[in-house]
Amino acid sequence: MAVIRWMLTGLALLLVAGNLQAGAIEVREFDDPVMEQRYRSLTASLRCPTCENQAINDSDAPVSGDMRDRVYLLLNEGVSDMEIRDHMVERFGDYVLYNPRLEGRTYLLWGLPAGLVVLGALLVVLVVRARRNASARRLTDEERARLEALINRGRTE
Amino acid sequence: MTRRLLLLLPLAGFLVLSLFLYQGLSLNPFHRDSALMARDFPAFDLATLEDPERRVDRSLLATGELTLVNVWGEWCPECKREMPQLLDLSDRGIRMVGISWKDTREKGLGFLEEFGNPFEVNIFDPDNELGFELGVFGAPETFLVDREGIIRYHHTGYISPGDVREHILPEVEKWQ
Repeated sequence: MAVIRWMLTGLALLLVAGNLQAGAIEVREFDDPVMEQRYRSLTASLRCPTCENQAINDSDAPVSGDMRDRVYLLLNEGVSDMEIRDHMVERFGDYVLYNPRLEGRTYLLWGLPAGLVVLGALLVVLVVRARRNASARRLTDEERARLEALINRGRTE
Repeated sequence: MTRRLLLLLPLAGFLVLSLFLYQGLSLNPFHRDSALMARDFPAFDLATLEDPERRVDRSLLATGELTLVNVWGEWCPECKREMPQLLDLSDRGIRMVGISWKDTREKGLGFLEEFGNPFEVNIFDPDNELGFELGVFGAPETFLVDREGIIRYHHTGYISPGDVREHILPEVEKWQ
């Protein structure tokens, strides 16, 4: 009995600790639901500069907190989503964008998957066509005679 | 025969792509270039650590002299470890400016007392105002600012004696 009680206490403590940790990321109140949605999607699409793979809405690194503050501030100043992303890239680099911007350097990155699909489809079409043509060809007289000969050879023996 | 070899093309493409991606695995994401490379040192208006009455701004970095700007904090163990290297750089006649980052004045001054002060002056940035403009994501970070106030080199993290020889001094030489 005592063991179970200890385990339950431990579990409860763990849950409390988990909640405390989650509390490190502040909760923000918005009057405008559209603004709240923009805040959520912006903070989910910006990557924390120090934590390899965590969005700033999910990270308790100090720099992520500062970036969330800045997003909130800029939203309230009426700055557009695109400008807020640019604001962050200007300071922290392309690294902070989970979706790299479409520009000269990134055409290959964005275009390669689509390009490969098109190339693959083209190859399939070409191969299928080549096969169809090859099988649809009529036999020449010479080939027909040879075929006959081969078939008849089996019968006469 | 040549048609047969053509069939190996997808495999070759796959191998090239794998090699490219495999190499990416060993890259350190913290060694990326600063977004401010080759750009002006950002504008700011802050007090100095040493004297709360004294305000400094961008003109501090465009004096016609090459400057190493080091972002540090009393709470940062790597900053303490790299102090001997910074003192060495200062002894070589390189102008050093510090940014006391996310710290209290008291602790910042205590740090300089204990570990030495290679800096001509320290910009006091407790609320990450200048740090944010510089895209600083962790101390220590070091920026090389040329005579016109343009950022030319960026070092993230601890500066080892080897880094001084292999990276910092050659860059200083290059932009002198």
